[in-house]
Amino acid sequence: MTAFWILAPIMVAAALGILFVRKAVHAALLLAVVMISLAVLYAALDAPFLFAVQIIVYTGAILMLFLFVLMLVGVDASDSVVETIRGQRLLATVVGLLFGLVLVVGISQVTFGTVVGLDKANEGGNVPQLANLLFSKYVFAFETTSALLITAAIGAMVLAHRERLTPKEGQAAQAARRVREYADTGRHLGPLPPPGVFARHNAVDTPALLPDGTASEASVSRVLAARGTVRSAPAMADDIDEVQRQLGQGGAARPAVDEDEEGAQ
Amino acid sequence: MSVLPMLAPLAAEGAEHVPVVDPSSADGVFTLMWVVIALPLAGAAILLLGGRLTDAWGHLLGCLTVVGSFAISLAMFVSLIGRADDDRQVSQHLYDWISVGGFKVGADLLYDPLSALFLLLITGVGGLIHIYSIGYMAHDERRRRFFGYLNLFVAAMLVLVLAENYLLLFLGWEGVGLASYLLIGFWQYKPSAAAAAKKAFVINRVGDMGMSLAIMLIFVTFGTISFTGVSEAAGGAKESTLTAIGLLLLLGACGKSAQVPLQAWLLDAMEGPTPVSALIHAATMVTAGVYLIVRSNFIFDRAPDAQTAVIAVAVVTLLWGAIIGTSKDDIKKVLAGSTMSQIGYMMLGAGLGIAGYAFAIFHLLNHGFFKANMFLGAGSVMHAMDDDVDMRHYGALSKMLPITFLTFLMGYLAIIGFPGFSGFWSKDKIIETAFVDSVWIGILATIGAGITGFYMTRLMLMTFFTQKRWEEHVHPHESPKVMTFPLIVLAALSVLGGIMLLNDWIVDFLAPVVGTPVHHETEVPPIVITLIILAVVAAGVATAWFTIGRSEVPRVAPTQVSVFTRAARNDLYGDAINDTLVVRPGTHVVHGLTTFDKSVVDGAVMGQASATGGLAQVFRRWQNGFVRSYALSLLGGAILVVLALLVVNLG
Amino acid sequence: MSTEPYIVLSAILFTIGCVGVLTRRNAIVVFMCVELMLNASNLALVTFAKANGNLEGQVGAFFVMVVAAAEVVVGLAIIMTIFRTRRSASVDDASLLKY
Repeated sequence: MTAFWILAPIMVAAALGILFVRKAVHAALLLAVVMISLAVLYAALDAPFLFAVQIIVYTGAILMLFLFVLMLVGVDASDSVVETIRGQRLLATVVGLLFGLVLVVGISQVTFGTVVGLDKANEGGNVPQLANLLFSKYVFAFETTSALLITAAIGAMVLAHRERLTPKEGQAAQAARRVREYADTGRHLGPLPPPGVFARHNAVDTPALLPDGTASEASVSRVLAARGTVRSAPAMADDIDEVQRQLGQGGAARPAVDEDEEGAQ
Repeated sequence: MSVLPMLAPLAAEGAEHVPVVDPSSADGVFTLMWVVIALPLAGAAILLLGGRLTDAWGHLLGCLTVVGSFAISLAMFVSLIGRADDDRQVSQHLYDWISVGGFKVGADLLYDPLSALFLLLITGVGGLIHIYSIGYMAHDERRRRFFGYLNLFVAAMLVLVLAENYLLLFLGWEGVGLASYLLIGFWQYKPSAAAAAKKAFVINRVGDMGMSLAIMLIFVTFGTISFTGVSEAAGGAKESTLTAIGLLLLLGACGKSAQVPLQAWLLDAMEGPTPVSALIHAATMVTAGVYLIVRSNFIFDRAPDAQTAVIAVAVVTLLWGAIIGTSKDDIKKVLAGSTMSQIGYMMLGAGLGIAGYAFAIFHLLNHGFFKANMFLGAGSVMHAMDDDVDMRHYGALSKMLPITFLTFLMGYLAIIGFPGFSGFWSKDKIIETAFVDSVWIGILATIGAGITGFYMTRLMLMTFFTQKRWEEHVHPHESPKVMTFPLIVLAALSVLGGIMLLNDWIVDFLAPVVGTPVHHETEVPPIVITLIILAVVAAGVATAWFTIGRSEVPRVAPTQVSVFTRAARNDLYGDAINDTLVVRPGTHVVHGLTTFDKSVVDGAVMGQASATGGLAQVFRRWQNGFVRSYALSLLGGAILVVLALLVVNLG
Repeated sequence: MSTEPYIVLSAILFTIGCVGVLTRRNAIVVFMCVELMLNASNLALVTFAKANGNLEGQVGAFFVMVVAAAEVVVGLAIIMTIFRTRRSASVDDASLLKY
């Protein structure tokens, strides 16, 4: 029971954390905590096979799948805090608490009798005994799950498959389209500008400066911008002024540029 | 048959034996019984389904089928006479018509002396009228259709008189009603004809209501509706039940035979072509009511109250029709009123029971001859006068239409009961029997005969004598031979119809069906009664002679007339009575019902619908598309389930 | 040892999962909460297995895991498809199927 009393508060805290963290990645990590703790509890409950499966299948495979999807969807897709359905959060909390209360009260009213223990059932090892059950009594259910898994795999493939409705654009066509777009909308023909390279600071999270001294939004990754880790040009404005002052030249044009960038930010 | 011993004492008590229908199965020429019906039916089918293809020869086919039926009827009649008196009922089972549990109805035909006479009347007179129609309808584009309807009528009428059970009779009954409707409204482009057809149809439905209720009551009482079964079991039934059946049958008969209170349709029915008036509304269909009562003698003989009702209806009708006849200027309407009155005499005969049945049928046959004769004669006159029906526009036609005049004269003498002519014998016998029953009824019937003498003389005078009052462009001419031939035949029959009474032949002939009458002596010798009747009729004729024959007949009907004339011109306010008693209250009830239906029933139904719609409008807001709010209600449900489990398991 | 604390823990985790499904809007997080509920029920199954002294509960938990794996595969694929067409992973945005 020691393991239980240590792990139970951790699990409840982690589970509550899932409710409140804003970022999906954090939720996934908290879920991993709950699942690994569960695996330990399984071990404590004489279920070594499920202990392994819980870690390998749940924590390993399923959570990885979640993380992959998060990556595809974009880590910047965090929840907005504003509730769209009126009263949903309050009601959900009230009804959820009520449900939990009813369950706990109900359970506390039940007497569970003496615990038999699995010593006898696990005689000769937990895994062989489980296998005995799975391949005799539950063999049909077991075989059916294989059909279910195959169906799920094929279903996922079908869902993820995107039908190509137009022929693939070749290089010549791409070039022609870009030129046409340039003619129509004035969109830049060439590649996007690389991030800024400064004398004292050289990184991908720093926007490049255009010939007129303004920062180019297009030069840094959109993901970095979403994360808010981009070093913005205004942040460096002080530096620039400092450098200009050191150089002893009156940088008359600078402040105007800074104001522009502030507006953009 | 098992009921017979029980019947015997009853019959002995009543002193007059009520015969039982007990036919033998058909053999020999009688196996052709179904062909009598099938021929005109096939004719109707060919003519009505064949369409324009049959236009060229349709009228000939129509005549041939009826003449063919007449030939078979004649053969069967001869064969029937050849049989012994107690073996004159023949039945033919065609097929099982309806078989539902205990309710079994076969398409059975019954041929007995009563049917035999009707068969001859329907196919014989019907055939003559068919032939007449060839000429009368020659200029009508839809002549072929007319013959199709006529054939349909003949077939239905034959089903009516050959039926061996009430349901098959009812089939024919409705069939003739349909044919009557189609033929009254044959010129349906005339609004009056269409309205008349509808009126006849609707009033007949009232009678049919009584008829169908009677059949149901018969089935409930006796468990069968065949004449055989009912006539056997009738003696065992309660008199009150039999009276109820009798009254319902009388209601049916009133509708079909235009008896008061369902008389209003017959005068309007004259909108149809004249051969139709002759065949359907004089000779055959309107006598179906009399047939029904005579056929149901085993019920009426045991229900004296019902018989009294028949007599009451008959006496009222015979005076009603006669009075209407006195003041009509439309030649066909005079004849229609006369028909109503004469059927009243037949009903009187039928109401008098065993003593009168045979005379009722006798008068029916004679009437069939002379009234068809006169209707066809009237048609011939109308033909000559460019379809003008107003007698005030006739006059002095006896020279122009000699054959029509002579044949019409025969009919006239027959109907007023001129000694020696057919109507004399039959009407005299009915009135004589009425005197035996009650002096008052006899007196009323005699008065009716006097009025008959008056209005028929008036008709004769205004049409064939007095001065010319023709329209300017009219040039009367005698009708073609195809029309005069039937007139001559019918005139001969009108004169000679009385032969049937020689040696009381018709009474004996019908005895197997209606029973043998016990002869009652009147308080005064019959010859005295006959003389009284003749005197009254002569008085009627003389009145007509002095009021019409001796003075100028105005071309336009005078408007300053007595209350009685005005009443008679308005059909004794029959329509007004119907309107006040039935139509207007009915309209009010229907208005009330439609209002009730619209506001309450529709209101409830539509209100329910709009309430559901409104609720749905509210509920559909719950379907907001948010998965999470659905999940919330799911959780709520889960709480309820858990609580329920707790209550069940822990409570 | 008593089984009751395990069951209560299972109930608490299940309830937290429920509330998570109801309050979170990111489809992926909602899905994680569903997994949390499944895991909570698994805990109860394994606990009952121990209490009753047979392995049926463990077999049940095993099947739950297998089915959960299949469900996650399909569910995430659906989320992907929705995201691809609507550029959003919020369950509230997929609310076109309404009155």
